[in-house]
Amino acid sequence: MNSVISIENLSKTYQSGFEALKNVSLEIKKGEIIALLGPNGAGKTTLISIVCGIVNASAGKVTVNGHDIVRDYRQARASIGLVPQELHTETFESVLNTLAFSRGLFGKAPDPAHLEKVLRSLSLWDKKDNKIMTLSGGMKRRVMIGKALAHEPEILFLDEPTAGVDVELRKDMWQVVRELRESGVTIILTTHYIEEAEEMADRIGIINKGEIILVEEKQALMQKLGEKRLVLHLSQPVESIPESLEPFKLTLKDGGLNLVYTYDVQQDSSDITSLLDAIEKASIQFRDLETMQNSLESIFVNLVKK
Amino acid sequence: MNFYAIKAIYKFEMARTWRTIAQSIVSPVVSTSLYFVVFGSAIGSRMSDIGGVSYGAFLVPGLIMMSLLTQSISNASFGIYFPRFTGTIYEVLSAPVSPAEIVLGYVGAAATKAIMVGSIILVTATLFVDMHIMHPLSMLLFLVMTAMTFSMFGFIIGIWADNFEKLNIIPLLIVMPLTFLGGSFYSINMLPEFWQKVSLFNPVVYLVSGFRWSFYEISDVKVSVSFLMTLFFLAVCVVVLHWIFKTGYRLKN
Repeated sequence: MNSVISIENLSKTYQSGFEALKNVSLEIKKGEIIALLGPNGAGKTTLISIVCGIVNASAGKVTVNGHDIVRDYRQARASIGLVPQELHTETFESVLNTLAFSRGLFGKAPDPAHLEKVLRSLSLWDKKDNKIMTLSGGMKRRVMIGKALAHEPEILFLDEPTAGVDVELRKDMWQVVRELRESGVTIILTTHYIEEAEEMADRIGIINKGEIILVEEKQALMQKLGEKRLVLHLSQPVESIPESLEPFKLTLKDGGLNLVYTYDVQQDSSDITSLLDAIEKASIQFRDLETMQNSLESIFVNLVKK
Repeated sequence: MNFYAIKAIYKFEMARTWRTIAQSIVSPVVSTSLYFVVFGSAIGSRMSDIGGVSYGAFLVPGLIMMSLLTQSISNASFGIYFPRFTGTIYEVLSAPVSPAEIVLGYVGAAATKAIMVGSIILVTATLFVDMHIMHPLSMLLFLVMTAMTFSMFGFIIGIWADNFEKLNIIPLLIVMPLTFLGGSFYSINMLPEFWQKVSLFNPVVYLVSGFRWSFYEISDVKVSVSFLMTLFFLAVCVVVLHWIFKTGYRLKN
């Protein structure tokens, strides 16, 4: 695998004794968008903070482009941009100055053309001279993204970048993220919006209680773990499910008008054939049928509940 | 060396000075000028010379040193505390910047501001008292070393403090009394012998004494001792800062 970030057996225990990460290992591939999903306190932000150098790990090793984040911190950090979860901004500074500050911190020579390009891509160019304190929450969020992009990073960490952002702006940001990916930037995204991960990610990592439960290609994950439902719309309502259909564990919905069969996508399809045979034998007639697949959200909820 | 990062931090900190020029520059200059008016011109005219220097002129190095210490500490402590308070420190910590570069940026800016204030007070003093500087290079050396040392000290306070009260408690309750009792307004030779010995435990005595020697060749302790003690305080601050960055104390969880 062509990894840009390699995380091996990473653990973090805070002074309070809280174990935020437990022996986490993860490989992040060049050019992908990986979404880390997890409930509050799962360890997502701690993981990002360790890779970016904001938090010290208790154990384990992280390399970025082959550079150890502790020993070769300059090389490792130079290629990373971070958009943190909270809106940390220099309130009294102008938008353009704060981006110039970020670029300088990362050891890059001033490049007004690049900063203009970044601000234009985020629809912030007309606000370049405004003080950050005068901007709306959504604009401040975009400024944070602009700061992270000011030094042309190869890897971008987005820690819940669209939290508190309205739907329209969120979609604009998704577009920005897609364009970044197309330009070759590797993106690690944490989000509470499962729709966001479903929309954008190539791979999904689910993290809970400091452990990575799974990391999978999004499509494969949805296929592997997704339940499907076969809904039969009956011609006539039935009062109860006949005994002959009990092995299929059907449920009756909508006043007996719909018969629902829940099955796993990996299951042998002959069960459906058997079900349809059994329904015919029970003299139940249906006028239509449809199948429905679980969303990523239901997959996530099921995994985290375990 | 990440010079762009040092420059970015330095410029950012200096920009705050220009934004708050009344508070950063005008206010300390006005308050110190009042000391000259009250102690130098009004009361000073009724006091005898000290070591052959008029009391008004004797005050000048002490007052400059007092402003230098308070300005260095407050500028540097606020400079690092504010990004910690607002959370913007994340960017500095995640950038490819070494601890030495971070310190150079913040401390360099704080020291620059303190030296600016000190220099303005020096020029202002010439309006009130007749004075001269016998060893300008030595004066400059003490000015820069003291500003750097106490800016580092302020930087340490800014990292240690976890609220605004703590940020002010050391400058107000420790540094200010030490400055007043450190010979800014008098020569410690004017004190009873016991208190002279006690005063030697006050680091400010060495700073003021060495600085005053640069002006008039009068001092409470030998100038070489003042110089070595200033270097010692500088070294102590460097060691503490090294420990802070090595352990991540109050910077990294």
